Amino acid sequence: MSEATLEISLTVNGEQVTKTVPVRQHLVDFLRNELGFTGSHLGCEHGVCGACSVRVDDAVVRGCLMLAVQADGAKVETVEGLNETGEIADLQKNFVERNAMQCGYCTPGMLITAAELLREPKPVSREEIREHLSGNFCRCTGYHAIVDAVETTINTRLEEG
Amino acid sequence: MKAPKFNYIRAESRQQALELLDQLGEDGRILAGGQSLMPTLNMRLSQPGTLIDINKVTDLSGITLEDGIVRIGAMTRHVEVANSPIIAENLPLIAEAMQHVAHHAVRNRGTIGGSIALADPAAEMPACVLALGATLVVESINGRREIAAEDYFKGLYETARAANELLVEILIPAEKSDNVSVFLELAQRHGDFAMAGLACVARVSNKTFEELRLVYFGSEDRPTLGAGAIAAVVGQTWSAECKEAAANALADDLDPMTNLQGSAAMKLHLQKVLTGRALDAAIERAEAV
Repeated sequence: MSEATLEISLTVNGEQVTKTVPVRQHLVDFLRNELGFTGSHLGCEHGVCGACSVRVDDAVVRGCLMLAVQADGAKVETVEGLNETGEIADLQKNFVERNAMQCGYCTPGMLITAAELLREPKPVSREEIREHLSGNFCRCTGYHAIVDAVETTINTRLEEG
Repeated sequence: MKAPKFNYIRAESRQQALELLDQLGEDGRILAGGQSLMPTLNMRLSQPGTLIDINKVTDLSGITLEDGIVRIGAMTRHVEVANSPIIAENLPLIAEAMQHVAHHAVRNRGTIGGSIALADPAAEMPACVLALGATLVVESINGRREIAAEDYFKGLYETARAANELLVEILIPAEKSDNVSVFLELAQRHGDFAMAGLACVARVSNKTFEELRLVYFGSEDRPTLGAGAIAAVVGQTWSAECKEAAANALADDLDPMTNLQGSAAMKLHLQKVLTGRALDAAIERAEAV
């Protein structure tokens, strides 16, 4: 079978992109290999680890479980986009301060998933933070520091209104 | 790994999807939320000739309540079911089960119809629709067909849906106000595949189960009604002896499959424990009403 391809147009981190892609290419391979947004990582490539988390039309999804052609017409944001807009600057700072990473492989997925909790911050328990992040594996830190960083960010945002 | 080569067609309408399914037969695969199909493609466990993407077919999703029946479009995503006031109010069993359906990012894409069409034995929604006596509506170019949940699940990933049929809608009777429901699941990590779980719907009066349905998942090749355990409990005043009788009877109801989530013996043990917990919770909830 020859390689089937399709032209897609979408917005990635605020910029309009039009490309012809193999229909079997998943979204993260497209973002990494075609556009150079290497912040989205590939871990397991079957939806277990969460390292590939990206935002599509304002919802966090597994980038490895969605085809690039399915993002036609969509608004896609990667951790690079979130970094650029400053949306999660305080979360990033708290990750650094609390040393909430070691190898850093899971970090983009953690940030983009935690960012959903920060959009309309409301008081959450550590248990709820853990549950929210349960689909993202970290194999270094043991999660405590990550939960700390997310908790601190939420609490600070709530205090500052 | 990377997915094998396949063709891809984005269906623009329900009719187009049905026509494609009919033409392509076994060679066509519906791509709904993709949260189970995509992993099998990436691992090359499945090799469809053509994926028929139904994500742009708008009239396949939504939740409505009409005459005591909740209608859920097959493409309704888990996150929409989880956040729906209609579900919270009329189908508390499903609302409770949703907390166990995969992880946040997967719920944003995965669909209730995809889960039921695939019929993974560890999935929550097949157990819920069986417990609630739902009707599954399938369509082909030849017309529409309603299948009772009891007749729908046929075996491991096998259902009564024919290859040219599309699951379009799930019809679930609203839970009665004098009923209680309990959903319990054990997994190694929150949101992972179930090691054991059950959906319980009951009518309780004076600590006595007058009506009861117990549906077990994550055990056999399909969601399974615990007929013996139910018979051991219905009509009896709830007690420690009754709980033990239900657990003992369950050994004849279930013959769990050993898999990565646990051995057959461990699963049976866990299901017995969950049965006691679920029935305790049902009594508690009935008294709280």
